[in-house]
Amino acid sequence: MPDVPRPLRSKQRRSALRTAAFMSPWLIGFSVFFVYPLLSTLYFSFTRYDGFRQPAFNGLDNWSYVFSDYPLFWPAMRNTLWLVLVMVTCRVAFGLGIGLLITKIKTATGVFRTLFYLPYLAPPVAATLAFVFLLNPGTGPVNTLLDAVGLPTPGWFTDADWSKPALTALALWGVGDLMVIFMAALLDVPKEQYEAAELDGAGAWARFRHITLPNISPIIMFAVVTGVIQAMQYYAQPLVAGKVAAGVIGGSGQQFEPGYPDKSTLTLPQLVYNLGFQRFDYGTACVVALVLFALSMAFTALLMRRRGGLIGAGE
Amino acid sequence: MSTRTHSGGNGDNGSGRRSSRAVLHWVGVHSLGVAAALFFVLPFVFLLLTSLMGDRQALTRDLWPHTWEWGNYAKVWHTPGFLTWWRNTLLYAGLGTLLTVVSSVPVAYALAKFRFRGRRLSLLLVIAMMMLPPQVVVIPMYLFWAKQLDLSGTLWPLIVPMAFGDAFSIFLLRQFLLTIPDEYLDAARVDGCGEVRTLLRVVLPMARPGIAAVALFQFFSAWNDYFGPQIYASDNPAAWTLSYGLESFKGAHHTNWNLTMAATVLVMAPVIVLFFFAQKAFVEGVTLTGVKG
Repeated sequence: MPDVPRPLRSKQRRSALRTAAFMSPWLIGFSVFFVYPLLSTLYFSFTRYDGFRQPAFNGLDNWSYVFSDYPLFWPAMRNTLWLVLVMVTCRVAFGLGIGLLITKIKTATGVFRTLFYLPYLAPPVAATLAFVFLLNPGTGPVNTLLDAVGLPTPGWFTDADWSKPALTALALWGVGDLMVIFMAALLDVPKEQYEAAELDGAGAWARFRHITLPNISPIIMFAVVTGVIQAMQYYAQPLVAGKVAAGVIGGSGQQFEPGYPDKSTLTLPQLVYNLGFQRFDYGTACVVALVLFALSMAFTALLMRRRGGLIGAGE
Repeated sequence: MSTRTHSGGNGDNGSGRRSSRAVLHWVGVHSLGVAAALFFVLPFVFLLLTSLMGDRQALTRDLWPHTWEWGNYAKVWHTPGFLTWWRNTLLYAGLGTLLTVVSSVPVAYALAKFRFRGRRLSLLLVIAMMMLPPQVVVIPMYLFWAKQLDLSGTLWPLIVPMAFGDAFSIFLLRQFLLTIPDEYLDAARVDGCGEVRTLLRVVLPMARPGIAAVALFQFFSAWNDYFGPQIYASDNPAAWTLSYGLESFKGAHHTNWNLTMAATVLVMAPVIVLFFFAQKAFVEGVTLTGVKG
């Protein structure tokens, strides 16, 4: 821009430098820990690579292996779909229910809120171990109680039909994050709307259906989409539950069949570990990594397209 | 749900029904509350009770300890390795949190308060990075740390990247800094403060709750991390963290549910204690992540 006076240009340059300085930690982090490895992952996915010999280009071999021959891929995708449909739905509904409940409780609200929130904080590995114990089919407290009242006692983490419901129970136990978010949203609903509806004689259900739901629907959407993203990335809980229930001696022994029982707890991130760090087939591991990337980014885009969503105020 | 009771309502039939309905409502809500509380609390109770049972009794269906074996906790504490896992976890979580906060604050400040070309794009990329599961880039990252820098078997591959900003922390801090009115910054600039001084003297003190929330989240996420230590430290037990070591503890004591549950309690306890000290900052942070808009 030739007609911009000199002092202004140097001022602009100074402010650009200042911005770059403040942004520099992230600019480096973004390049070194995001762009570079992402491009490498893309490159490796077209090569045969075991980490010792040089990567050798092999076209789409890894891709066709993953989609048509890798026996763990489709079970992991099916499990993910199950988690998205059942676990996410249950968690959002339960989170909303608990959020509603806490806004209605008028006595010792703080105590209830803390009790409801605490399990969310339990470290995932510790919480999973606790649930494998609570739900162990032989002597676990849950089956002991079920037996005492004459109900059937499922095998939970040792039964392929019950392992995902058991993980869902674990996820419901840690619903505190959603409770807090829903609670804040519910308290933001204008009181006048309820009062007006009450004067019109609307019952509790009508008020919920026509006032509460429309007001908090952006938050429900937010909870669903972040829930889907979390479901696709679900890792420590299913892995630890499978290993512990199978009686794998943990630690440095890396050889175990993931997904116990019968592939029912397999998720996509576990496949990256299985292919890369158990089978040392880095090229194929990168294919699964990219599938995981594509799915995560698709849902993240969905999250950002909604107005009043993640980007929020100020944009 | 207002439960207005009129003065002298006893004689008035309508309001009498109304207040008895209010009582019913109160009872209903609070019984549901107690039922939910049981669901959330009983797992902790069973955990604690089992952790205090003798070796034999822990293998039975008993729910209540015959004898209270407080020594279980000492036994776990003195298990070889347990103290090392503690030290490693504190190093990973403590140093990692410090580095994250120091490197993320300036970035978040620039994203919230500077106007520059590419700001919106940068923000979108921060969010993309925040949603990126670590498994997506783990193969090249592992090869980088293990083969090129020979740092596998340590926690450094997990700690060093935190000196370059953490996407989630940047995002959360940016959301918080947006709530600080620009007038404060302008006033500081008029007084002759440069951007660095404005950040340190004016913004940081006002951003304390946001920084506290970010620090807590970061501390917890390092404390809870399983995948990172599994990839980089699994070959070297001297570098294990509590979350990673806990699973192998179960493996080594597979018939001792009492000791495993005692170890589990010892891994959960610090996080829960920390929560009680910083409850407000934490809940504020959770609300901040979700979208005010």
